[in-house]
Amino acid sequence: MAKKSPTINGGSMSDISFLLLTFFLLTSSINTDLGIARKLPPPLPPDAPKPEIHDRNVFKVAVNFRDELQVQGARVDIADLRDMAKEFLANPANDPKKSEKKIEDIEGLGSVPVSKGVVSLRNDRGTSYEMYVKVQNELTAAFHELRNELSQERFGIKFDDLKKDAQIEAIQKAIPLTISEAEPTSAAINTGK
Amino acid sequence: MGKFNKNAKKGTPEINTGSMSDIIFMLLFFFMVITTMRESTLFVRINPPTATEVQKLEKKSLVSFIYIGPPMDAQKFGTEPRIQLNDQISGVRDIAQFIEVERQSRDEVDRPLMTTSIKADKSVKMGILTDVKQELRKMNALKINYSTAKGKEREN
Repeated sequence: MAKKSPTINGGSMSDISFLLLTFFLLTSSINTDLGIARKLPPPLPPDAPKPEIHDRNVFKVAVNFRDELQVQGARVDIADLRDMAKEFLANPANDPKKSEKKIEDIEGLGSVPVSKGVVSLRNDRGTSYEMYVKVQNELTAAFHELRNELSQERFGIKFDDLKKDAQIEAIQKAIPLTISEAEPTSAAINTGK
Repeated sequence: MGKFNKNAKKGTPEINTGSMSDIIFMLLFFFMVITTMRESTLFVRINPPTATEVQKLEKKSLVSFIYIGPPMDAQKFGTEPRIQLNDQISGVRDIAQFIEVERQSRDEVDRPLMTTSIKADKSVKMGILTDVKQELRKMNALKINYSTAKGKEREN
């Protein structure tokens, strides 16, 4: 009589496929969307008073329909925008043409000079979205770099690496993201996070 | 009759577990097929601009998308950039209703955290975007996110 062939134990096969299943479940993170986060200003009542901002505290950025960039009345290249914005907001030399600073007490930081500067962004209806995003990106980067520098100075680590909410909040208060977008009719302050 | 008795003498037979894996695999495929992201089919072409200062879009379930771009079906919708909400080409006027519907479908607790992600093509002009933004402001949907691709860091 021929020898009966032994049955192969297929029980572990299910374990293997279970492992595969869990592996794919865990690793297949849906590709997260990236983007520049902004907060729109709430709708203004028509009789709302215009916020009064001193002229020297306004960093005027305008983009026309040919995607040409104008900063403080002069045409500049997009590559210079970031440094110009940083210079304006930080104003290390206390230039009377650049933003004013107000010493404020912030919990966790003590007294720090907070810039009163506001970036005013104005664009044409014909400006391309690509250029708009580029400008927004450079402006965000300027604020971001300032925050990083302050955080490095005070806490010894970059703003991105801060873990404590109190520290993050303190830095955010010391360097508020003040980008104002001109409305079709009037301007309003647009403050992000 | 005799045949059956012969087999029964050999004790309990092993249960064949080989098909177990097939069942699990079927489950795997089932879930793989089922979990298509709840993302609407695009009717507009979107080639997002790049940026470096990007943030991750958190809480995907609280995000509503507005797509803006030139329509793929140029014969039907023309070549001018259009707005797509859910699965159809819409106008600026439809945004209010869209936001309202999106809001109704979320928990009341989560409503203030809702974000509107604007996915627009590079070539779109700001005019249409300004209209959309104004409409969102009217609806008090103030958290927005300009969807971009991650670009290279500028050389310093």
